[in-house]
Amino acid sequence: MSKELIDLFYLIAAVLFIFGLKGLSHPRTAVRGNFFAALGMLIAIVVTLLDKRIISFEVIIAGIVVGALIGVVMAYKAPMTAIPQVVAIFNGFGGGASALAVGAALEEALKGGFIEAIDMQFTIAAVSSGLIGGVSFTGSAIAFAKLQGLITGKPVLLRGRHVINVALILICIALSVWLVVDSTSSMPFWIMVGVASLLGILLVIPIGGADMPVVISLLNAYSGIAAAGHGWVLNNSVLIVAGSLVGAAGFILTAIMCRAMNRSLANVIFAGVGAVVTTEVESDDIYAGRVKSASPEEVAMMLEGAQRVVIAPGYGMAVSQAQYAIQDLTNLLESMGVEVDFAIHPVAGRMPGHMNVLLAEANIPYEKLREMDDINPTFRHTDVVLVVGANDVVNPMAREADQSIPIAGMPILNVDEARSIVIIKRSLSPGFAGIANPLFVADNCLMLFGDAKKMAMDITAALKQA
Amino acid sequence: MDVFVAALTIFVLALFVGFEVITKVPPLLHTPLMSGANAISGITLVGTLVTSGMQLTTLTTILGFIAVTMATVNVVGGFLVTHRMLAMFHKKEDNV
Repeated sequence: MSKELIDLFYLIAAVLFIFGLKGLSHPRTAVRGNFFAALGMLIAIVVTLLDKRIISFEVIIAGIVVGALIGVVMAYKAPMTAIPQVVAIFNGFGGGASALAVGAALEEALKGGFIEAIDMQFTIAAVSSGLIGGVSFTGSAIAFAKLQGLITGKPVLLRGRHVINVALILICIALSVWLVVDSTSSMPFWIMVGVASLLGILLVIPIGGADMPVVISLLNAYSGIAAAGHGWVLNNSVLIVAGSLVGAAGFILTAIMCRAMNRSLANVIFAGVGAVVTTEVESDDIYAGRVKSASPEEVAMMLEGAQRVVIAPGYGMAVSQAQYAIQDLTNLLESMGVEVDFAIHPVAGRMPGHMNVLLAEANIPYEKLREMDDINPTFRHTDVVLVVGANDVVNPMAREADQSIPIAGMPILNVDEARSIVIIKRSLSPGFAGIANPLFVADNCLMLFGDAKKMAMDITAALKQA
Repeated sequence: MDVFVAALTIFVLALFVGFEVITKVPPLLHTPLMSGANAISGITLVGTLVTSGMQLTTLTTILGFIAVTMATVNVVGGFLVTHRMLAMFHKKEDNV
């Protein structure tokens, strides 16, 4: 197949990617959108296999078979609560593949076997793709380990980490300049990829679990940019288009997540928020004797008399896999004529939109999953708010202007405006931001201590008996 | 230089298209958006195919194999997990 014909097919693939992403603007068209994008990918892969430069298919077939098996198993075995880490690791694989493939292209070009000449565009794109791909690979691996609980989700703060990071970046730049100026050996490239991989680890390890929505978005952008860089190396249009689309998606989500926390990207990446946590004893002092705790039966009675109930889920719902128990409770309340809605904070959970996926899994219709700005004005007319495993996103301290509070200025769910609030939580321990929550001692607030799933089931049982 | 400018044009225009299309995605679908976009970034597979199929040296063959495997995991896993998620979103009427 001629290069022109291949490029035309690449154009079709690129258009399908754009249609695919466009389809995601509504749940009704989203499944089709994803199908379009997958079709675009299939077209791009098939026409590439017809490239005359490919002389042997054994390695390709072996790689595709092994990769597809791993991909299918991971995609179908993963529980919905594990989606953040699954997306993180897939993302890391994409970034890593870009770095390695660019390295392989460089090796081939040095042997003189490659059609593209080694010019400035080639080398600059190669080092960029290697750098970003390396960071994206190890960074995603660390994010995966944190989310999977393999290593601590708390920030790990090394002494002098900023100096170390700057030094590593400078080394990467120096090696990159070396390769661009003197492109006779691939050694600087591989050392640079090694240093970039170390940098990826050091950049993600000081970031705490609840900031993962930002990290995953950013790493996603990186793997897109690495793919685009790979496209520059090969002068391949579809790689450039797809890579920059993904880069744009990642950067937009990163910006949305930062805005939802009222923090700058630099603050999320470098400040190590969440490292200092108020101890259990201290928070006991703050709340001493002022917390009203309730039993599932009392909560059931409150719900029985309610007209409108809003459920505000957080990461705790994911941890205890409470989404199905919440669904049962919702169905029962609705059968009793109670209006039930869900309040979804943009950074609730461990990745953008995490709560929506869990609740959709539990068959909650999507028009009930309401965004913060949409639901906030309705708390005033709400009888009971059930906060399920959320803390910082409902903490009224965020309204304080005091900049020493890590969540100062973060838009929150105004659950305290409701007639009464029930917080399902295992203890009074602070949320990720490490600060006390005055909501717990508010007059209209009751604490229901226990595991989210068990408590939701207990409330449902109590309602059925009544 | 011609090739460079053409590639740069594509890159910049694609970034703009990306921004336009993606800002319209509601927060409801941010997780599938991320995982779908992530699957698209597996497009790097296309590049790995060319380099690994040339089989110039043992080194590039091994690198090619690893890169093809990793990129395929990204593509196949990414699209499937996105599909699994999207299939769960439904309206009230078809709630059975």
